[in-house]
Formats: sequence, structure tokens, C-alpha cells
Amino acid sequence: METTVGLNHYLILAALLFCIGIAGVLTRRNLLIIFMSVELMLNSANLTLIAFSHYLVNAVGMVFVFFTMTVAAAEVGVGLAIVVTIFRNIESLDIRKLNVLKH
Amino acid sequence: MDSQTIVFAILALISLFGGIMVVTRRNPVHSILFLVLTFFCFAGFYVMLGATFLAAIQVLVYAGAIMVLFLFVVMMLNLREPEALEGGPSFFQTLGFIVAAGMAVLLLAYFAGRPGPGVPPFSAGETAYEVGGPESLGMLLFTEYVFPVEIAGILLLAAVIGAVALAKRKRV
Repeated sequence: METTVGLNHYLILAALLFCIGIAGVLTRRNLLIIFMSVELMLNSANLTLIAFSHYLVNAVGMVFVFFTMTVAAAEVGVGLAIVVTIFRNIESLDIRKLNVLKH
Repeated sequence: MDSQTIVFAILALISLFGGIMVVTRRNPVHSILFLVLTFFCFAGFYVMLGATFLAAIQVLVYAGAIMVLFLFVVMMLNLREPEALEGGPSFFQTLGFIVAAGMAVLLLAYFAGRPGPGVPPFSAGETAYEVGGPESLGMLLFTEYVFPVEIAGILLLAAVIGAVALAKRKRV
């Protein structure tokens, strides 16, 4: 029986990695690790776009991934600056201590 | 099994392992290194899908620049103890895990119910590398998508200025 890697395999893999990222965002308490999980989710979405782009023989999906990477780079720059600022203020990266607005 | 399937299987296993490790490690430095591993696997997938230019960008920008930025921030912050795990998972953590697992099951059920993968229009022929190569992407980026490129440039400029303005130590 011949097996080839198809679009479905890439989609399933990207979906699994996306869900790992969701689990990280929803269950971790370290700000940096939450941020990394978001990066993982962005990358799995990129993988989906490129897989579709390949199987539809169309480069527009890859152009879209290019812009996603630009936005991700900008997001990481600003996000890490915010993380540094937060750490300077509360001396911790635990998101449970970020509840000043609640009180 | 052809060689493509074997490479895909190996890369998929490594990237899933890396992803799980990113989410489960308590030390952020370990998470970062596993995320670099995962990003390299993604670059491998991009090459398999013919997106050679994006694979290079993935290694340079993600595995190179972004992850080094993460490492630098971890070093700057001087974290003493890893995340505390007092008293087991909270209600919201359990709920979050259930949501993620449920979404994984839903997506898998959806994709598994589709008809088989189908024959790709090209496997490793020349056209695959023409579509994802720098030439075709450049043609698209600088003709049809030149306005988004400009916007992306302005976005990066704003991000640079914003990051500097945020992280600058205020002199009081």
C-alpha cells in the first residue's frame, strides 16, 4: 500500500500543535511561557497556510505567512518590552499577581 | 513508505515532542530551547512544502532573532525560582486543559472524517520550488502586495519605537 504525505497530515499536525499552544496559554502561569505558547500557535497557523498554498499551487498563502511573521516579530518586540516592564513593577512573572485591576 | 513520509513522520514526532516540552517545562530557558527545536522542524516542513524562502526566513527570524530575544529577556530578568506549583492545578487550569483537549478531539475528528489525502499536484518537481521560491514571492510582494509591504514596514517601525519607549528605564 502506498502512503504519501497529504494535506490532511499537515492539517492534523498543525491542529495538534495549535491545541498544545492553547493548553499552554490556558494552564501556565508564567508570562514568558504563555507568550511562547502564543508563538507556537502562530506557527502552526503558518504551517496550515503554507500547506494549503502548496496543495493549491498558489503562492498567495506564502505571502500571507510572510506578513504573519512580520506581525509576530513586531508583537514579540513589544510584548517582551511589556514583560520587562511588568517584571520591573511586580518583581515576578506570575500572572496571578497581575490582578491589580480587580481590587 | 517513501522517503517523504519518513521525513515527515520524524519531523512531526520531534515537533510534537518539542511543543509538549515547551508547555510542560518549569524552567523558561528549557522551554525556549525546545521551542527553537520545534521551529527548526517547522522550517523542515516548509522545505518539504516547497516554501524554501519561508524556511530560510523561519530559521533566521524565528529560530534566530525572536528566540534570542526571549533568551535575552530571561537573562535580563534574573528569575530566581521557577514557577511555583502550590496545591495542584486550579479550577481554571483544569478547565483550560479540558478546553484544549476538547478542541484537539474536535479538530482531529473533523480532519479524520475527510476523504483521503489525495495526490499532491506535485511532489518534489521543479514547480514546487518555483511557487515558494524567492523569485515568485518577490514578484507577488512587490507588485500585487506592495501596499501591505509598506504597512508592514510602518508596523515594524512602530514596534521598534514602542519597544524602546516601553522598556526604557524612567529617570525619576
